[in-house]
Amino acid sequence: MAQTIAEKILRDHSIELKDEVRPGEFVRARVDLTLLNDVNGPAAFRHFDAMGGTEVASPDKLALVCDHFAPAPTAAGAQLLNSMRRFADEKGIRNFFDAGKGGIEHTLVPQQGLIGPGGLIAGGDSHTCTAGAFNAFGAGMSWAGMAGIMVLDETWFRVPHSMRFEVIGTKLPFVTGKDIILQILRDIGVDGALYMSMEFGGESIGQLNIDERMAICNMAVEAGGKTAIVEADEVTAAWAKDYCRRDYKLLRADEGAKYFSHTVIDLSQMRPMVAKPPSPGDVVAVDEIRGIRVDQVYMGNCANGTITDLRQIASVMKGRKVAPNTRAIVVPATQKVYLQAIAEGLLEQFIDAGIAVSTPTCGACFGGHNGALADGEVGVATINRNFRGRAGHAGAKMYLCNSYVAAASAVAGEIVDPAEL
Amino acid sequence: MIIRGKVHVLGESVDTDVMVPGRYLSLSDPTEIAKHLFEEVDPDFVKRVKFGDIIVAGKNFGAGSGREHAPLAIKALGVGCIIATSFARTFFRMAIDLGLPTITSLEAVVAAQVGDLATVDTVTGVIQIGEGRFQCEPLPAFIREITEGGGLAPWVKAEVVRRRAAAG
Repeated sequence: MAQTIAEKILRDHSIELKDEVRPGEFVRARVDLTLLNDVNGPAAFRHFDAMGGTEVASPDKLALVCDHFAPAPTAAGAQLLNSMRRFADEKGIRNFFDAGKGGIEHTLVPQQGLIGPGGLIAGGDSHTCTAGAFNAFGAGMSWAGMAGIMVLDETWFRVPHSMRFEVIGTKLPFVTGKDIILQILRDIGVDGALYMSMEFGGESIGQLNIDERMAICNMAVEAGGKTAIVEADEVTAAWAKDYCRRDYKLLRADEGAKYFSHTVIDLSQMRPMVAKPPSPGDVVAVDEIRGIRVDQVYMGNCANGTITDLRQIASVMKGRKVAPNTRAIVVPATQKVYLQAIAEGLLEQFIDAGIAVSTPTCGACFGGHNGALADGEVGVATINRNFRGRAGHAGAKMYLCNSYVAAASAVAGEIVDPAEL
Repeated sequence: MIIRGKVHVLGESVDTDVMVPGRYLSLSDPTEIAKHLFEEVDPDFVKRVKFGDIIVAGKNFGAGSGREHAPLAIKALGVGCIIATSFARTFFRMAIDLGLPTITSLEAVVAAQVGDLATVDTVTGVIQIGEGRFQCEPLPAFIREITEGGGLAPWVKAEVVRRRAAAG
């Protein structure tokens, strides 16, 4: 039977060494990487203890990343980070990234070469689907399940149905990967891909670099998706050659693979998009919403603190300043991105513009710290969620968009189309 | 397993941020987390729910962040099971792995009213709500084994023993 990319990856990782898998089927599988952060890690460690776990079955297939409460904003956050350090030390986990030594997990693990094409990644964090940018199957799972993998070195998956998204046309200025996923969310809603694999390909996918592919796959979970995967092409192959520290297999779906749906995304017809509070699925073109006054602009997250995003922000700022009654924050996703941004002179431009530049952290993206909003405040951010209370106070409102729109809105003090600056 | 309790009705795409806001993510004690369940949208919810009650919700229950705090808090409140039109998948799997039964049924959700008495048979998939009787697809046996045995932790613990015995 012709297989989609998700089907091929689950087939290749099945313990029973299956020749093919079908949607709906349960598959026992070994994953290539289990990814935990300082929120789900400590919870998984408690489950690990409750399971009678002593040694981690495959310590080199576990990555522990301190990013949510790092650097620790409170004593309670510091306790979580300590729990990570202790577990890494006791169990001999080499892929442990403390504050200052890594960054935000979903941007960090590909940069470290820990994931790659054809790989299967289980994460405690729902945005583990970001791995699809690298032609891998990443899925957020249960935290007890993460502990189960640490003990047994296996888990189970139900094979998802796949949706095919065919990208065609020529990309217009200020349109990014973020807009592709926002437009899809507008069209299919926050449960339109429930339990599915969202697979991206087509003649124009090559116009999206690896960072923009991360932005697409990152928000698959906002549509309910189990995973999202970009088919392998020259961009994937070049990335894997440079970064991947493990065996990999460039994958494309078979001719004749069965899909739940086919959708064409014509880049030449797209506009920068904005998701209105309190749902990532309530999406309109920026034109329909411009003029809303903005208190704070937050640029960064697990897929939009990339060097591509920072360059996009700089291309908009070009000597401009953040509006007098607006604050702006930029969070490079990893130490490596941070250094690159210094080397390119981007951070100097940001600081000159009046932007607060932060060390890598998930902080404000989950309303935890480092840029939370007050009651009644309006935020614009390149993050992935705008649920009530997500940005800090439950009375705050959060609009989601790409880095061009965010930077332009910081300059204007209101939501604007970057083309109009 | 038979679950019997009073129904509490919630909406569609109820996300984990409204269940347990991000600022409580550094908490780990289920009873502590449960005090904050829905505190911003329905602060009295935790007072209304009694041990054994059943949550009935629309589609995509548990959307958003994969946040074990959410099913952990619901279970700590004593909720016996959740019936929804559909579940966000990370929430679903977390609930299963914590031993909190989840049932999918559109008909039962449409029929349910606040305060109804509901009975759920997880083996046959029969849901009784008020006068209505609804047949839904029961969960596969191996998933029921995990949930009804108290969650994934006891299941894995037993599995390790089984494997050691099989290996001699």
